[in-house]
Amino acid sequence: MAYSPKVVDHYEHPRNVGSLDKSASNVGTGVVGAPECGDVMKLQILVDEETGVIKDAKFKTFGCGSAIASSSLATEWMKGKTIDEAAQIKNTDIVQELSLPPVKIHCSVLAEDAIKSAIADFKKKQEARQAQSVAK
Amino acid sequence: MALQFPIYLDNNATTPMDPRVLEAMLPYLTNKFGNAASRNHAFGWEAEEAVDKAREQVAALIGANEKEIVWTSGSTESNNLAIKGVADMYKDKGKHIITAVHEHKAVLDPCKRLQKEGYEVTWLEPGRDGIIYAEQVRKAIRPDTILVTIMWANNEIGTVNEVPEIGALCKEHDIIFHTDATQYVGKLPCDVEAAGIDLLSASGHKMYGPKGVGFLYVRRRKPRVRLTPIFDGGGHERGMRSGTLNVPGIVGMGAAAEIARLEMPAEIARLTALRNILEEGVLEQLDHVHINGHRERRLPHTSNISFPYVEGESLMMAIKEVAVSSGSACTSASLEPSYVLKSLGVGDDLAHSSLRFGVGRFTTEEEVRYTLAALVKGVKRLREMSPLYELALEGIDPNTVEWGHH
Repeated sequence: MAYSPKVVDHYEHPRNVGSLDKSASNVGTGVVGAPECGDVMKLQILVDEETGVIKDAKFKTFGCGSAIASSSLATEWMKGKTIDEAAQIKNTDIVQELSLPPVKIHCSVLAEDAIKSAIADFKKKQEARQAQSVAK
Repeated sequence: MALQFPIYLDNNATTPMDPRVLEAMLPYLTNKFGNAASRNHAFGWEAEEAVDKAREQVAALIGANEKEIVWTSGSTESNNLAIKGVADMYKDKGKHIITAVHEHKAVLDPCKRLQKEGYEVTWLEPGRDGIIYAEQVRKAIRPDTILVTIMWANNEIGTVNEVPEIGALCKEHDIIFHTDATQYVGKLPCDVEAAGIDLLSASGHKMYGPKGVGFLYVRRRKPRVRLTPIFDGGGHERGMRSGTLNVPGIVGMGAAAEIARLEMPAEIARLTALRNILEEGVLEQLDHVHINGHRERRLPHTSNISFPYVEGESLMMAIKEVAVSSGSACTSASLEPSYVLKSLGVGDDLAHSSLRFGVGRFTTEEEVRYTLAALVKGVKRLREMSPLYELALEGIDPNTVEWGHH
């Protein structure tokens, strides 16, 4: 099975590989997948707490070339968007952009899950913080 | 000599044909086209003579008599004929079969079919070293056991089972012993007499011969093994395999067998050295690397290596100029990791991180060194982007993390 040129490009030149401080209140972390299934994605976002704009996004992925490309693309798309806009990213958009074949659709689903999970983590932290400041 | 890409290191899947084999075959693809069963003219005699010569050549390779060779289309057919043929012929004696869970599908699936038809099958499980030992077979033998089918060498990890010992055990208990020797024949010394083998399957294309041809060795004396044929027809091959003989294929298989027999000692030494360059290099230059299966009881040319924290398919992309096979079936439609590696107790996560390398007759040291360098570079790069390696560096074993499932 041949990979699409875009998958190869993301695989060979992955965007935004790395990690952010997962304990920071303005960082949301999503880890999805499982090693025994052959894919684990960790996606992190750094959010401007005032505006809700994603200032930075990083990923690390254990998985096939399509999984790496899906998460690399996700970080690229998320940067500069508000968290509400980023939450609108659909796995089908990733499938289309990367020309993923049917057997690799699960990679895009995983990337969408990772986006949602990172945003949810950020929101949870913000709520906890607000609750804390109200309590004060 | 400059390297030529892609580099072929998947010699357990198939081997390129030796040019000497092609040369032997060519006349039989052109003007020597006779049917080996045509008994009354020169075209037939010429074909029959060629087939008989090939029979002697493969018989010499495995220590058999030429009359004990039944030509087939390859090992899948040989395995089916052996297993189903014995099961049907000896069903009045018993309906119990012993095999192992990490056999090739061409053995597993005939056994599963027989199970559905009312036979009982004992599935032996290997330990971490991948070997099936005679003692395991001994414990599984019952009064109604009619067949033991255990492969000689495993296709994914190259481990060599205790075949002569299992053969001796079967003789002792008067049980027919079949071995799928597809990966073994032509690679390591084989003597069906010394190994107590009654039925042996082999393929041409695994030993630098053509595809679409193989044979089943069927013992004629002590005991005389009988088989119910799968194909009904003209009664070729002592009635065990009807169908016009594939003369060019058979000639090629014979030539391949002769070359393998004559060059085996030198080839074992050369291939072992090439494989060791790869394995020693990987162990030296990378941390957390495992070589799967018994380190000594192994085919000389096969190496199955796990690179934890890196997924196999992405690693294959990193060494895209090199053709290897992945322990993860992620490349196929199913996402299941290799059942062979799983049977060794290699976790699903590691099975996804494994590659099989198979050097061969035409592999050069430059090719192996290139592969080693690309592999080391690829693993290091992919580990840098692996969340699992990050955990491992933090001292957290990814196996202790509770992962969500999707």
